[in-house]
Amino acid sequence: MRLYVPLGITFIAGIIMILEFFVPHDPFPTLGGHVKDWYTIVASSAIFLGILNLLRVHLKKINLRSRNWQYSPVTIIGFLGMFGTGVAFGFTEGPFFFMFNEFVVPMGATMFSLLAFFVASAAFRAFRASNWRASLLLASAFLVMLGRVPIGDLIWRLIPGAAESAHPNLVTEIGEWIMRVPNMGGQRAILIGAAMGVVATSLRMIFGIERSYLGGTD
Amino acid sequence: MADFWKRLGEIDRRIIFVLIALAVLVPLALKLAFPIPVGKGPSKDFFDSVDSLPPESVVLMSFDYDPSTKPELHPMAIAIVQHLMSTDVNLVAMALWPQGASLAQEILVEISDSLGREQYHDWVNLGYKTGGLVLIARLGSSMKAAFPTDLSETPYGQIPMLDGIQRLCDFDMIITLSAGDPGIPHWVMVASDQLGVPVGGGCTAVSAPQFYPYLQRRVGERPQMEGLLGGLRGAADYEALLRRKYAQAPPGTAIAGMAAQSVAHLVIMVFIVLGNLSYLALRKRKEGQR
Repeated sequence: MRLYVPLGITFIAGIIMILEFFVPHDPFPTLGGHVKDWYTIVASSAIFLGILNLLRVHLKKINLRSRNWQYSPVTIIGFLGMFGTGVAFGFTEGPFFFMFNEFVVPMGATMFSLLAFFVASAAFRAFRASNWRASLLLASAFLVMLGRVPIGDLIWRLIPGAAESAHPNLVTEIGEWIMRVPNMGGQRAILIGAAMGVVATSLRMIFGIERSYLGGTD
Repeated sequence: MADFWKRLGEIDRRIIFVLIALAVLVPLALKLAFPIPVGKGPSKDFFDSVDSLPPESVVLMSFDYDPSTKPELHPMAIAIVQHLMSTDVNLVAMALWPQGASLAQEILVEISDSLGREQYHDWVNLGYKTGGLVLIARLGSSMKAAFPTDLSETPYGQIPMLDGIQRLCDFDMIITLSAGDPGIPHWVMVASDQLGVPVGGGCTAVSAPQFYPYLQRRVGERPQMEGLLGGLRGAADYEALLRRKYAQAPPGTAIAGMAAQSVAHLVIMVFIVLGNLSYLALRKRKEGQR
């Protein structure tokens, strides 16, 4: 039962979605609409499951005084504070909106901004011209880095005659060419390969060959 | 001398952190500004497609990002909303990311107040809905089924500007500001490829290269994406183009940020050069010893 019911649901939903794409006549668009609505409902329910799990994990951590348990009350208080003010005063104004703008946004932006420091440190230690391929990558990285900021063209224009030449923004143009030609070719190959993989995996799941999404049940 | 190269290759990372911090802070504190040359490219293509929308067009703008990517994507969101509201284009906002709806609300309220635009007549924020690709596919058949109310719980049917907006095909353009999954690829797959609605947007600089295949223009064919703003540079391009065309457009934060980004890039490049000098010198010494 635990095996065949999910396999059956996956098969029916998958076949409906495929038929809806290729046969734009009723009943398939209507059935496809119902499947999509159900997907949204199930996905929304998963958010509530996630919330319950978050609370359970952190309450357990506090209870057992696990490692770094001191952070758990902060998480729970933060969650309950945002949830309570949102329900009581609305999400588009009032305390929820204030806390979102003044706490959540700066903290989120700060965490992501830390990446710049680690990227700089990692680039210094790992970006080595150890062979011709690495040197090629390094040269194109330099050109793209300079091409993505205005100072690249300003440096180029320091060369006598460059500012009056046919290409006063040569560094930006080279950076854009790298993105548009070699990068696009490589990205397209990756996209096509990934898309074929998605089609193959989807078909395997619809026909019950691939079952890992069931949680290891064989 | 060998010790020098060895020590150079082992600079304490705290020194790198401090120099990167200074590279960002000093240009911002000194309010350095570099000219932004915007030639042909994805930013210009995107600006032109937005600018060519006639007044009273309806644009769907999806805020598919969260606070972590706000420094890159929020400036472009502000510039685009400013542009749309200045040219009397009606704007429907939504989000595929939970926190995108609140980020959108902040911009929409502030800019609509400054330009005298009215909620539900000129703009509306439908809020966040989960589902990603499947949600976009559902919007292709019924907007109301996916968003029965807006962010403030006003029923879809009671919002005047949504009269006549039944599905994605009813929009003149879709703009997505995307920080990852779900985002640009999903809008392209459904709205652009299946339904033929023009799609444009912006993304973080790190993810921009993967969307270039969507930009290729063949003669007689519409591209999968009208244009793309890549990271803070894309936002600065848009701000520059907006100010070039509409002199009254307020200055944005992206152009100011480009000076900091320029210096930070130079510092990173200097460190990469130093690291390689050290590496090559030590390798040469090793080869000499053999």
